[in-house]
Amino acid sequence: MRTSGCCPRPGSTLPCFSGFARGELSVQKMAASSVEELLAKAEQEEAEKLKSITVQKELDLDFDLGNLLACDKNRIETRDFREQKKEDFLRSLARDNTQLLINEIWKLPTERVEEVIVAKLPEPTTRLPREKPPLKPRPPTKWEQFAKLKGIQKKKKTNLVWDETAKEWKRRWGYKRANDDTKEWLIEVPETADPNEDQFAKRVKAKKERVAKNEFNRLKNIARAQKVKTPGVGLVPKAQQSRNELAKAVSVAKVSTASVGRFQDDLPKEKPPKNSGKRRKFDPLIGDFSSEKQKQLDLLKTMGSKKPRLDITKAVNQQMREEDKEEAAAKRRKGGGKRGRKGNMTGKGKAGKAGGGGKAGKAGGGGKRRGKPGKK
Amino acid sequence: MRPLTEEETKVMFEKLSKYIGENIKLLVDRPDGTYCFRLHQDRVYYMSEKILKLATNFSRDKLISVGTCFGKFTKTTKFRLHVTALDFLAPYAKFKVWVKPGAEQSFLYGNHVLKSGLGRITENTMQYQGVVVYSMADVPLGFGVAAKSTQECRRVDPMSIVVFHQADVGEFIRNEDTLT
Repeated sequence: MRTSGCCPRPGSTLPCFSGFARGELSVQKMAASSVEELLAKAEQEEAEKLKSITVQKELDLDFDLGNLLACDKNRIETRDFREQKKEDFLRSLARDNTQLLINEIWKLPTERVEEVIVAKLPEPTTRLPREKPPLKPRPPTKWEQFAKLKGIQKKKKTNLVWDETAKEWKRRWGYKRANDDTKEWLIEVPETADPNEDQFAKRVKAKKERVAKNEFNRLKNIARAQKVKTPGVGLVPKAQQSRNELAKAVSVAKVSTASVGRFQDDLPKEKPPKNSGKRRKFDPLIGDFSSEKQKQLDLLKTMGSKKPRLDITKAVNQQMREEDKEEAAAKRRKGGGKRGRKGNMTGKGKAGKAGGGGKAGKAGGGGKRRGKPGKK
Repeated sequence: MRPLTEEETKVMFEKLSKYIGENIKLLVDRPDGTYCFRLHQDRVYYMSEKILKLATNFSRDKLISVGTCFGKFTKTTKFRLHVTALDFLAPYAKFKVWVKPGAEQSFLYGNHVLKSGLGRITENTMQYQGVVVYSMADVPLGFGVAAKSTQECRRVDPMSIVVFHQADVGEFIRNEDTLT
Protein backbone atom coordinates (compact mmCIF):
# COMPACT_ATOMS: atom_id res chain seq x y z
CA MET A 1 0.00 0.00 0.00
CA ARG A 2 2.81 2.33 0.78
CA THR A 3 4.21 3.88 -2.33
CA SER A 4 6.32 6.66 -0.96
CA GLY A 5 9.95 7.03 -2.07
CA CYS A 6 9.59 6.63 -5.84
CA CYS A 7 9.74 10.37 -6.44
CA PRO A 8 12.53 12.82 -5.66
CA ARG A 9 12.18 14.71 -2.51
CA PRO A 10 11.45 18.44 -2.69
CA GLY A 11 14.91 19.10 -1.35
CA SER A 12 16.52 17.80 -4.54
CA THR A 13 14.67 20.23 -6.76
CA LEU A 14 15.60 23.23 -4.78
CA PRO A 15 18.75 24.17 -6.75
CA CYS A 16 16.54 24.90 -9.80
CA PHE A 17 15.29 27.99 -8.08
CA SER A 18 18.76 29.46 -8.09
CA GLY A 19 18.72 29.72 -11.90
CA PHE A 20 15.60 31.77 -11.94
CA ALA A 21 16.71 34.79 -13.99
CA ARG A 22 19.07 33.13 -16.49
CA GLY A 23 16.88 33.10 -19.62
CA GLU A 24 14.59 30.68 -21.50
CA LEU A 25 16.31 27.51 -20.47
CA SER A 26 15.95 28.33 -16.91
CA VAL A 27 12.26 29.08 -17.43
CA GLN A 28 11.71 25.64 -18.98
CA LYS A 29 13.61 24.05 -16.19
CA MET A 30 11.57 25.89 -13.68
CA ALA A 31 8.34 24.64 -15.22
CA ALA A 32 9.58 21.07 -15.06
CA SER A 33 10.76 21.46 -11.49
CA SER A 34 7.48 22.90 -10.33
CA VAL A 35 5.65 19.86 -11.72
CA GLU A 36 8.03 17.60 -9.88
CA GLU A 37 7.59 19.58 -6.77
CA LEU A 38 3.85 19.35 -6.91
CA LEU A 39 4.03 15.62 -7.42
CA ALA A 40 6.39 15.28 -4.51
CA LYS A 41 4.10 17.28 -2.31
CA ALA A 42 1.15 15.14 -3.21
CA GLU A 43 3.22 12.05 -2.50
CA GLN A 44 4.14 13.31 0.89
CA GLU A 45 0.59 14.09 1.78
CA GLU A 46 -0.42 10.62 0.71
CA ALA A 47 2.31 9.12 2.85
CA GLU A 48 1.26 11.09 5.85
CA LYS A 49 -2.26 9.85 5.52
CA LEU A 50 -1.12 6.25 5.45
CA LYS A 51 1.12 6.30 8.45
CA SER A 52 2.76 3.14 9.52
CA ILE A 53 0.75 0.69 11.49
CA THR A 54 3.74 -0.13 13.63
CA VAL A 55 4.26 2.10 16.61
CA GLN A 56 7.36 2.06 18.75
CA LYS A 57 6.82 2.30 22.49
CA GLU A 58 9.30 1.87 25.31
CA LEU A 59 6.83 0.06 27.48
CA ASP A 60 4.07 -2.11 26.11
CA LEU A 61 0.55 -0.94 26.65
CA ASP A 62 -1.87 -2.75 28.94
CA PHE A 63 -4.88 -3.91 27.03
CA ASP A 64 -8.32 -4.80 28.25
CA LEU A 65 -9.99 -5.67 25.01
CA GLY A 66 -13.27 -6.56 26.62
CA ASN A 67 -13.70 -2.90 27.51
CA LEU A 68 -11.80 -1.71 24.40
CA LEU A 69 -9.35 -0.15 26.82
CA ALA A 70 -5.63 0.49 26.50
CA CYS A 71 -3.47 2.02 29.21
CA ASP A 72 -0.29 3.76 28.18
CA LYS A 73 2.25 3.71 31.00
CA ASN A 74 4.98 5.51 29.08
CA ARG A 75 6.16 8.80 30.39
CA ILE A 76 5.20 11.84 28.45
CA GLU A 77 8.29 13.85 27.66
CA THR A 78 7.47 17.28 28.92
CA ARG A 79 10.00 18.73 26.52
CA ASP A 80 8.20 17.19 23.55
CA PHE A 81 4.95 18.34 24.93
CA ARG A 82 6.17 21.89 25.15
CA GLU A 83 8.08 22.06 21.88
CA GLN A 84 5.33 20.79 19.68
CA LYS A 85 1.97 22.27 19.54
CA LYS A 86 0.14 20.71 22.41
CA GLU A 87 -2.90 19.79 20.37
CA ASP A 88 -0.82 18.12 17.71
CA PHE A 89 1.20 16.22 20.24
CA LEU A 90 -1.86 14.89 22.00
CA ARG A 91 -3.52 14.00 18.73
CA SER A 92 -0.53 12.04 17.50
CA LEU A 93 -0.23 10.27 20.85
CA ALA A 94 -3.88 9.32 20.76
CA ARG A 95 -3.54 8.18 17.18
CA ASP A 96 -0.58 5.94 18.00
CA ASN A 97 -2.28 4.38 20.98
CA THR A 98 -5.49 3.79 19.08
CA GLN A 99 -3.40 2.15 16.35
CA LEU A 100 -1.94 -0.20 18.93
CA LEU A 101 -5.37 -1.03 20.28
CA ILE A 102 -6.67 -1.77 16.82
CA ASN A 103 -3.63 -3.90 16.06
CA GLU A 104 -4.47 -5.88 19.16
CA ILE A 105 -8.06 -6.29 18.07
CA TRP A 106 -6.89 -7.60 14.70
CA LYS A 107 -5.01 -10.33 16.53
CA LEU A 108 -8.27 -11.74 17.83
CA PRO A 109 -10.05 -14.43 15.86
CA THR A 110 -12.34 -12.77 13.33
CA GLU A 111 -15.15 -13.97 11.20
CA ARG A 112 -17.22 -12.56 8.42
CA VAL A 113 -20.85 -11.91 9.15
CA GLU A 114 -22.87 -10.42 6.30
CA GLU A 115 -19.89 -8.82 4.55
CA VAL A 116 -18.60 -7.36 7.79
CA ILE A 117 -15.54 -8.54 9.63
CA VAL A 118 -16.37 -9.13 13.25
CA ALA A 119 -13.96 -9.87 16.09
CA LYS A 120 -15.06 -11.64 19.22
CA LEU A 121 -13.96 -9.63 22.23
CA PRO A 122 -12.77 -11.48 25.32
CA GLU A 123 -14.26 -10.98 28.78
CA PRO A 124 -13.41 -7.57 30.27
CA THR A 125 -10.75 -7.72 32.97
CA THR A 126 -11.01 -4.21 34.41
CA ARG A 127 -13.64 -4.07 37.11
CA LEU A 128 -15.86 -1.06 36.61
CA PRO A 129 -17.90 0.39 39.46
CA ARG A 130 -21.62 -0.10 39.12
CA GLU A 131 -23.59 2.78 37.76
CA LYS A 132 -26.32 2.90 40.39
CA PRO A 133 -26.01 2.35 44.14
CA PRO A 134 -26.93 -1.13 45.32
CA LEU A 135 -30.58 -1.66 46.13
CA LYS A 136 -31.67 -1.11 49.68
CA PRO A 137 -33.34 -4.06 51.35
CA ARG A 138 -37.11 -3.89 51.21
CA PRO A 139 -38.55 -2.58 54.47
CA PRO A 140 -40.30 -5.36 56.38
CA THR A 141 -44.05 -5.63 56.18
CA LYS A 142 -46.23 -5.32 59.22
CA TRP A 143 -46.46 -9.08 59.50
CA GLU A 144 -42.71 -9.52 59.18
CA GLN A 145 -42.21 -6.97 61.95
CA PHE A 146 -44.68 -8.80 64.15
CA ALA A 147 -43.20 -12.19 63.36
CA LYS A 148 -39.75 -10.96 64.23
CA LEU A 149 -41.01 -9.54 67.49
CA LYS A 150 -42.70 -12.80 68.41
CA GLY A 151 -39.96 -15.00 67.03
CA ILE A 152 -42.25 -16.69 64.54
CA GLN A 153 -40.36 -18.51 61.86
CA LYS A 154 -41.55 -19.60 58.47
CA LYS A 155 -42.11 -23.35 58.18
CA LYS A 156 -41.72 -24.98 54.84
CA LYS A 157 -44.82 -26.97 53.90
CA THR A 158 -44.87 -29.70 51.34
CA ASN A 159 -46.48 -28.78 48.06
CA LEU A 160 -48.45 -32.01 47.69
CA VAL A 161 -51.04 -33.20 50.18
CA TRP A 162 -52.90 -36.49 50.35
CA ASP A 163 -56.53 -36.07 49.38
CA GLU A 164 -58.60 -38.55 51.32
CA THR A 165 -61.68 -38.45 49.09
CA ALA A 166 -59.90 -38.58 45.75
CA LYS A 167 -57.30 -41.03 47.10
CA GLU A 168 -54.41 -39.25 45.44
CA TRP A 169 -51.74 -36.62 46.04
CA LYS A 170 -52.91 -33.15 45.15
CA ARG A 171 -51.55 -29.65 45.41
CA ARG A 172 -52.10 -27.83 48.68
CA TRP A 173 -53.33 -24.62 47.03
CA GLY A 174 -54.78 -23.43 43.76
CA TYR A 175 -56.52 -25.16 40.94
CA LYS A 176 -57.37 -28.83 41.57
CA ARG A 177 -56.26 -28.53 45.15
CA ALA A 178 -56.73 -31.14 47.78
CA ASN A 179 -59.74 -30.95 50.11
CA ASP A 180 -61.29 -28.17 48.07
CA ASP A 181 -64.22 -26.80 50.05
CA THR A 182 -65.56 -24.79 47.13
CA LYS A 183 -66.30 -27.98 45.28
CA GLU A 184 -68.55 -29.35 47.99
CA TRP A 185 -72.07 -29.89 46.82
CA LEU A 186 -73.54 -30.02 50.29
CA ILE A 187 -72.88 -27.97 53.40
CA GLU A 188 -74.27 -28.82 56.78
CA VAL A 189 -76.19 -25.91 58.28
CA PRO A 190 -74.79 -25.18 61.74
CA GLU A 191 -77.27 -25.41 64.55
CA THR A 192 -76.81 -21.81 65.60
CA ALA A 193 -77.11 -20.45 62.05
CA ASP A 194 -80.22 -19.08 60.45
CA PRO A 195 -81.75 -22.00 58.46
CA ASN A 196 -82.70 -19.74 55.55
CA GLU A 197 -79.18 -18.39 55.13
CA ASP A 198 -77.34 -19.52 52.02
CA GLN A 199 -74.21 -21.19 53.35
CA PHE A 200 -72.57 -21.26 49.93
CA ALA A 201 -73.01 -17.54 49.44
CA LYS A 202 -71.72 -16.95 52.93
CA ARG A 203 -68.53 -18.80 52.15
CA VAL A 204 -67.99 -16.91 48.92
CA LYS A 205 -68.55 -13.63 50.66
CA ALA A 206 -66.15 -14.49 53.45
CA LYS A 207 -63.49 -15.40 50.91
CA LYS A 208 -63.98 -12.16 49.04
CA GLU A 209 -63.62 -10.17 52.21
CA ARG A 210 -60.43 -11.97 53.12
CA VAL A 211 -59.00 -11.19 49.71
CA ALA A 212 -60.00 -7.57 49.98
CA LYS A 213 -58.48 -7.27 53.42
CA ASN A 214 -55.28 -8.85 52.20
CA GLU A 215 -55.10 -6.47 49.29
CA PHE A 216 -55.68 -3.54 51.60
CA ASN A 217 -52.89 -4.67 53.89
CA ARG A 218 -50.60 -5.13 50.92
CA LEU A 219 -51.24 -1.55 49.82
CA LYS A 220 -50.68 -0.32 53.35
CA ASN A 221 -47.34 -2.10 53.45
CA ILE A 222 -46.31 -0.47 50.18
CA ALA A 223 -47.36 2.93 51.48
CA ARG A 224 -45.42 2.39 54.67
CA ALA A 225 -42.36 1.26 52.77
CA GLN A 226 -42.40 4.37 50.60
CA LYS A 227 -43.25 6.61 53.54
CA VAL A 228 -46.37 7.88 51.85
CA LYS A 229 -49.05 9.05 54.17
CA THR A 230 -52.17 7.04 53.67
CA PRO A 231 -55.39 8.91 54.05
CA GLY A 232 -57.20 7.91 57.18
CA VAL A 233 -59.89 5.40 56.60
CA GLY A 234 -63.02 7.06 57.78
CA LEU A 235 -65.40 4.21 57.93
CA VAL A 236 -64.33 0.64 58.15
CA PRO A 237 -67.38 -1.53 58.42
CA LYS A 238 -67.49 -3.08 61.83
CA ALA A 239 -69.99 -4.95 63.90
CA GLN A 240 -69.72 -2.57 66.84
CA GLN A 241 -68.35 0.93 66.45
CA SER A 242 -66.75 2.54 69.43
CA ARG A 243 -67.49 6.09 70.53
CA ASN A 244 -64.32 7.43 68.97
CA GLU A 245 -64.94 5.61 65.73
CA LEU A 246 -68.41 7.05 65.52
CA ALA A 247 -67.10 10.55 66.11
CA LYS A 248 -64.54 10.00 63.41
CA ALA A 249 -67.18 8.72 61.05
CA VAL A 250 -69.26 11.82 61.63
CA SER A 251 -66.36 14.14 60.94
CA VAL A 252 -65.49 12.25 57.76
CA ALA A 253 -69.07 12.29 56.59
CA LYS A 254 -69.27 15.97 57.21
CA VAL A 255 -66.49 16.88 54.82
CA SER A 256 -67.57 14.31 52.23
CA THR A 257 -69.68 16.74 50.27
CA ALA A 258 -69.02 18.46 46.98
CA SER A 259 -68.01 21.61 48.81
CA VAL A 260 -65.83 19.76 51.34
CA GLY A 261 -68.27 20.43 54.12
CA ARG A 262 -68.16 24.18 53.83
CA PHE A 263 -71.93 24.60 53.97
CA GLN A 264 -72.55 21.87 56.47
CA ASP A 265 -74.32 23.00 59.59
CA ASP A 266 -73.15 21.88 63.00
CA LEU A 267 -75.30 19.60 65.02
CA PRO A 268 -76.47 20.97 68.35
CA LYS A 269 -73.72 20.57 70.95
CA GLU A 270 -71.34 19.20 68.37
CA LYS A 271 -67.70 19.41 69.33
CA PRO A 272 -65.06 20.38 66.79
CA PRO A 273 -63.24 17.33 65.43
CA LYS A 274 -60.07 16.45 67.24
CA ASN A 275 -56.71 16.18 65.51
CA SER A 276 -57.95 17.86 62.40
CA GLY A 277 -55.15 19.37 60.36
CA LYS A 278 -54.31 22.90 61.30
CA ARG A 279 -52.61 25.23 58.92
CA ARG A 280 -50.07 27.70 60.16
CA LYS A 281 -50.77 31.06 58.71
CA PHE A 282 -48.44 33.96 59.10
CA ASP A 283 -48.80 37.59 58.23
CA PRO A 284 -46.88 38.72 55.16
CA LEU A 285 -43.31 39.77 55.79
CA ILE A 286 -43.86 43.22 54.40
CA GLY A 287 -47.48 43.95 55.05
CA ASP A 288 -49.34 46.75 56.70
CA PHE A 289 -46.87 48.18 59.17
CA SER A 290 -49.32 50.54 60.81
CA SER A 291 -51.82 47.77 61.57
CA GLU A 292 -49.02 45.59 62.87
CA LYS A 293 -47.96 48.40 65.16
CA GLN A 294 -51.54 48.98 66.28
CA LYS A 295 -51.95 45.29 67.07
CA GLN A 296 -48.84 45.34 69.21
CA LEU A 297 -49.94 48.47 71.02
CA ASP A 298 -53.33 46.91 71.71
CA LEU A 299 -51.59 43.85 73.04
CA LEU A 300 -49.51 46.02 75.33
CA LYS A 301 -52.64 47.72 76.58
CA THR A 302 -54.31 44.44 77.48
CA MET A 303 -51.12 43.14 79.05
CA GLY A 304 -50.90 46.21 81.24
CA SER A 305 -54.51 46.02 82.34
CA LYS A 306 -54.22 42.48 83.53
CA LYS A 307 -51.61 43.34 86.13
CA PRO A 308 -53.02 43.36 89.65
CA ARG A 309 -53.57 46.81 91.00
CA LEU A 310 -52.19 45.97 94.40
CA ASP A 311 -48.81 44.31 94.27
CA ILE A 312 -48.57 42.65 97.63
CA THR A 313 -44.80 42.42 97.81
CA LYS A 314 -44.46 45.99 96.75
CA ALA A 315 -47.03 47.11 99.27
CA VAL A 316 -45.34 45.20 102.06
CA ASN A 317 -41.98 46.64 101.06
CA GLN A 318 -43.40 50.10 101.06
CA GLN A 319 -44.92 49.52 104.44
CA MET A 320 -41.63 48.21 105.79
CA ARG A 321 -39.75 51.19 104.42
CA GLU A 322 -42.17 53.67 105.90
CA GLU A 323 -41.92 52.03 109.24
CA ASP A 324 -38.14 52.08 108.97
CA LYS A 325 -38.20 55.79 108.25
CA GLU A 326 -40.52 56.54 111.09
CA GLU A 327 -38.49 54.50 113.45
CA ALA A 328 -35.37 56.33 112.41
CA ALA A 329 -37.10 59.66 112.75
CA ALA A 330 -38.40 58.71 116.17
CA LYS A 331 -34.95 57.70 117.29
CA ARG A 332 -33.53 61.02 116.21
CA ARG A 333 -36.15 62.88 118.17
CA LYS A 334 -35.62 60.64 121.18
CA GLY A 335 -39.20 61.32 122.17
CA GLY A 336 -40.67 58.58 124.36
CA GLY A 337 -44.27 59.75 124.47
CA LYS A 338 -44.46 60.83 120.87
CA ARG A 339 -43.10 57.54 119.73
CA GLY A 340 -45.93 55.66 121.34
CA ARG A 341 -48.50 57.88 119.75
CA LYS A 342 -46.96 57.50 116.35
CA GLY A 343 -46.89 53.77 116.69
CA ASN A 344 -50.58 53.79 117.29
CA MET A 345 -51.24 55.83 114.21
CA THR A 346 -49.15 53.87 111.77
CA GLY A 347 -49.55 50.39 113.07
CA LYS A 348 -52.93 49.61 111.64
CA GLY A 349 -54.23 46.65 113.56
CA LYS A 350 -52.43 43.56 114.72
CA ALA A 351 -50.21 43.13 111.66
CA GLY A 352 -48.58 46.48 112.18
CA LYS A 353 -47.84 45.71 115.80
CA ALA A 354 -46.43 42.32 114.96
CA GLY A 355 -44.18 43.93 112.37
CA GLY A 356 -43.04 46.43 114.93
CA GLY A 357 -42.01 43.64 117.23
CA GLY A 358 -39.91 42.09 114.54
CA LYS A 359 -38.23 45.30 113.77
CA ALA A 360 -36.92 45.81 117.22
CA GLY A 361 -34.36 43.06 116.63
CA LYS A 362 -33.07 44.56 113.45
CA ALA A 363 -32.86 48.05 114.72
CA GLY A 364 -29.12 47.67 115.36
CA GLY A 365 -28.30 48.21 111.67
CA GLY A 366 -30.51 51.25 111.43
CA GLY A 367 -27.69 53.73 111.43
CA LYS A 368 -25.94 52.14 108.53
CA ARG A 369 -29.06 51.77 106.56
CA ARG A 370 -30.03 55.33 106.76
CA GLY A 371 -27.28 56.35 104.41
CA LYS A 372 -28.42 54.16 101.56
CA PRO A 373 -31.94 55.23 100.81
CA GLY A 374 -30.59 58.65 100.05
CA LYS A 375 -28.41 57.23 97.30
CA LYS A 376 -31.36 55.63 95.67
CA MET B 1 -38.13 35.77 58.10
CA ARG B 2 -41.68 36.45 59.18
CA PRO B 3 -43.62 38.66 61.55
CA LEU B 4 -44.26 37.26 64.98
CA THR B 5 -47.56 35.64 65.72
CA GLU B 6 -49.77 37.04 68.43
CA GLU B 7 -48.60 34.48 70.95
CA GLU B 8 -44.96 34.99 70.16
CA THR B 9 -45.36 38.73 70.45
CA LYS B 10 -47.01 38.30 73.80
CA VAL B 11 -44.30 36.02 75.14
CA MET B 12 -41.61 38.38 73.97
CA PHE B 13 -43.30 41.49 75.32
CA GLU B 14 -43.81 39.83 78.66
CA LYS B 15 -40.11 39.17 78.89
CA LEU B 16 -39.19 42.65 77.70
CA SER B 17 -41.61 44.26 80.11
CA LYS B 18 -39.69 42.75 82.99
CA TYR B 19 -36.88 45.12 82.13
CA ILE B 20 -38.44 48.17 80.54
CA GLY B 21 -42.08 47.95 81.61
CA GLU B 22 -44.48 49.89 79.48
CA ASN B 23 -41.56 51.54 77.69
CA ILE B 24 -41.96 48.83 75.04
CA LYS B 25 -44.41 51.27 73.52
CA LEU B 26 -41.47 53.51 72.69
CA LEU B 27 -39.84 50.68 70.78
CA VAL B 28 -43.00 49.82 68.85
CA ASP B 29 -44.12 53.34 68.14
CA ARG B 30 -41.12 55.38 67.20
CA PRO B 31 -41.25 58.90 65.85
CA ASP B 32 -38.13 58.47 63.72
CA GLY B 33 -39.50 55.78 61.41
CA THR B 34 -41.25 52.45 61.28
CA TYR B 35 -39.57 49.75 63.28
CA CYS B 36 -40.69 46.17 63.59
CA PHE B 37 -39.88 42.79 65.09
CA ARG B 38 -39.22 39.90 62.77
CA LEU B 39 -38.59 36.25 63.48
CA HIS B 40 -35.76 34.59 61.62
CA GLN B 41 -34.49 31.14 62.55
CA ASP B 42 -36.12 31.32 65.98
CA ARG B 43 -34.44 34.62 66.71
CA VAL B 44 -36.26 37.91 67.02
CA TYR B 45 -34.71 40.84 65.21
CA TYR B 46 -35.65 44.45 65.64
CA MET B 47 -35.13 46.54 62.57
CA SER B 48 -36.38 49.47 60.63
CA GLU B 49 -38.71 48.98 57.72
CA LYS B 50 -36.01 50.17 55.38
CA ILE B 51 -33.52 47.53 56.49
CA LEU B 52 -36.23 44.89 56.35
CA LYS B 53 -36.94 45.66 52.74
CA LEU B 54 -33.27 45.45 51.89
CA ALA B 55 -32.96 42.16 53.75
CA THR B 56 -35.71 40.54 51.67
CA ASN B 57 -33.18 40.26 48.87
CA PHE B 58 -31.37 37.53 50.73
CA SER B 59 -32.52 33.95 50.81
CA ARG B 60 -33.41 32.47 54.14
CA ASP B 61 -30.39 30.25 54.52
CA LYS B 62 -27.94 32.95 53.51
CA LEU B 63 -29.27 35.58 55.89
CA ILE B 64 -27.40 35.41 59.18
CA SER B 65 -28.56 38.53 60.92
CA VAL B 66 -30.51 41.68 60.23
CA GLY B 67 -31.07 44.65 62.48
CA THR B 68 -30.61 43.96 66.18
CA CYS B 69 -31.13 40.52 67.62
CA PHE B 70 -33.29 40.79 70.74
CA GLY B 71 -33.17 37.16 71.68
CA LYS B 72 -34.43 33.80 70.69
CA PHE B 73 -37.31 31.47 71.23
CA THR B 74 -36.35 28.24 72.87
CA LYS B 75 -37.76 24.95 71.71
CA THR B 76 -40.26 25.17 74.52
CA THR B 77 -41.35 28.54 73.08
CA LYS B 78 -39.96 30.60 75.90
CA PHE B 79 -38.19 33.78 75.00
CA ARG B 80 -34.59 34.36 76.00
CA LEU B 81 -33.04 37.79 75.76
CA HIS B 82 -29.58 38.17 74.31
CA VAL B 83 -27.01 40.73 75.30
CA THR B 84 -27.40 42.34 71.89
CA ALA B 85 -30.70 43.74 73.14
CA LEU B 86 -28.87 45.74 75.79
CA ASP B 87 -28.68 48.80 73.56
CA PHE B 88 -32.45 49.02 73.65
CA LEU B 89 -32.98 47.90 77.21
CA ALA B 90 -30.48 50.25 78.86
CA PRO B 91 -32.05 53.60 77.90
CA TYR B 92 -35.52 52.51 78.98
CA ALA B 93 -34.62 50.42 81.99
CA LYS B 94 -36.89 50.95 84.97
CA PHE B 95 -34.75 49.23 87.53
CA LYS B 96 -31.03 49.58 87.59
CA VAL B 97 -28.14 48.22 89.55
CA TRP B 98 -24.72 49.83 89.69
CA VAL B 99 -21.74 47.64 90.43
CA LYS B 100 -18.55 48.78 92.07
CA PRO B 101 -15.44 48.99 89.86
CA GLY B 102 -13.91 46.02 91.66
CA ALA B 103 -16.86 43.77 90.88
CA GLU B 104 -17.22 44.85 87.28
CA GLN B 105 -14.80 42.29 85.96
CA SER B 106 -16.39 39.46 87.85
CA PHE B 107 -19.76 40.35 86.38
CA LEU B 108 -18.31 40.63 82.89
CA TYR B 109 -16.95 37.10 83.25
CA GLY B 110 -20.47 35.84 83.74
CA ASN B 111 -20.76 35.76 87.51
CA HIS B 112 -23.65 36.92 89.62
CA VAL B 113 -23.40 40.24 91.42
CA LEU B 114 -22.68 39.83 95.13
CA LYS B 115 -23.72 42.23 97.82
CA SER B 116 -20.08 43.25 98.23
CA GLY B 117 -19.98 44.42 94.61
CA LEU B 118 -23.25 46.28 94.73
CA GLY B 119 -22.75 50.03 94.36
CA ARG B 120 -26.29 51.31 94.13
CA ILE B 121 -29.69 49.91 93.39
CA THR B 122 -32.92 51.52 92.32
CA GLU B 123 -35.36 52.07 95.14
CA ASN B 124 -38.42 49.78 95.18
CA THR B 125 -36.78 46.97 93.26
CA MET B 126 -38.73 43.83 93.93
CA GLN B 127 -37.36 40.37 94.14
CA TYR B 128 -36.96 38.69 90.74
CA GLN B 129 -37.37 41.99 88.97
CA GLY B 130 -35.39 42.33 85.75
CA VAL B 131 -32.63 44.89 86.20
CA VAL B 132 -30.02 46.44 83.96
CA VAL B 133 -26.52 46.42 85.39
CA TYR B 134 -24.38 49.53 85.07
CA SER B 135 -20.86 50.35 86.04
CA MET B 136 -20.43 53.26 88.44
CA ALA B 137 -19.58 55.40 85.41
CA ASP B 138 -23.10 54.65 84.06
CA VAL B 139 -21.93 52.33 81.32
CA PRO B 140 -24.43 49.53 80.78
CA LEU B 141 -22.70 46.19 81.37
CA GLY B 142 -25.55 43.74 81.03
CA PHE B 143 -28.71 42.67 82.70
CA GLY B 144 -29.96 40.23 85.22
CA VAL B 145 -32.64 39.48 87.76
CA ALA B 146 -32.72 40.90 91.23
CA ALA B 147 -32.20 38.08 93.70
CA LYS B 148 -33.29 40.24 96.61
CA SER B 149 -35.52 43.21 96.92
CA THR B 150 -33.95 46.55 97.75
CA GLN B 151 -35.05 46.23 101.34
CA GLU B 152 -33.55 42.81 101.75
CA CYS B 153 -30.35 43.90 100.00
CA ARG B 154 -29.55 46.18 102.88
CA ARG B 155 -29.65 43.41 105.39
CA VAL B 156 -27.97 40.46 103.71
CA ASP B 157 -24.34 39.54 104.26
CA PRO B 158 -21.75 40.73 101.73
CA MET B 159 -21.18 37.35 100.08
CA SER B 160 -24.80 36.68 99.15
CA ILE B 161 -26.02 37.09 95.60
CA VAL B 162 -27.94 40.24 94.89
CA VAL B 163 -28.40 40.07 91.11
CA PHE B 164 -28.56 36.88 89.08
CA HIS B 165 -26.49 37.21 85.96
CA GLN B 166 -28.34 36.84 82.69
CA ALA B 167 -26.28 38.56 80.03
CA ASP B 168 -23.26 40.80 79.97
CA VAL B 169 -21.21 42.55 77.34
CA GLY B 170 -18.40 40.05 77.88
CA GLU B 171 -20.50 37.67 75.83
CA PHE B 172 -19.64 39.65 72.75
CA ILE B 173 -16.23 38.03 73.10
CA ARG B 174 -17.13 34.78 74.84
CA ASN B 175 -20.01 33.85 72.55
CA GLU B 176 -18.76 35.57 69.49
CA ASP B 177 -19.66 32.72 67.18
CA THR B 178 -23.24 32.26 68.32
CA LEU B 179 -24.32 35.85 68.85
CA THR B 180 -25.94 37.35 65.82
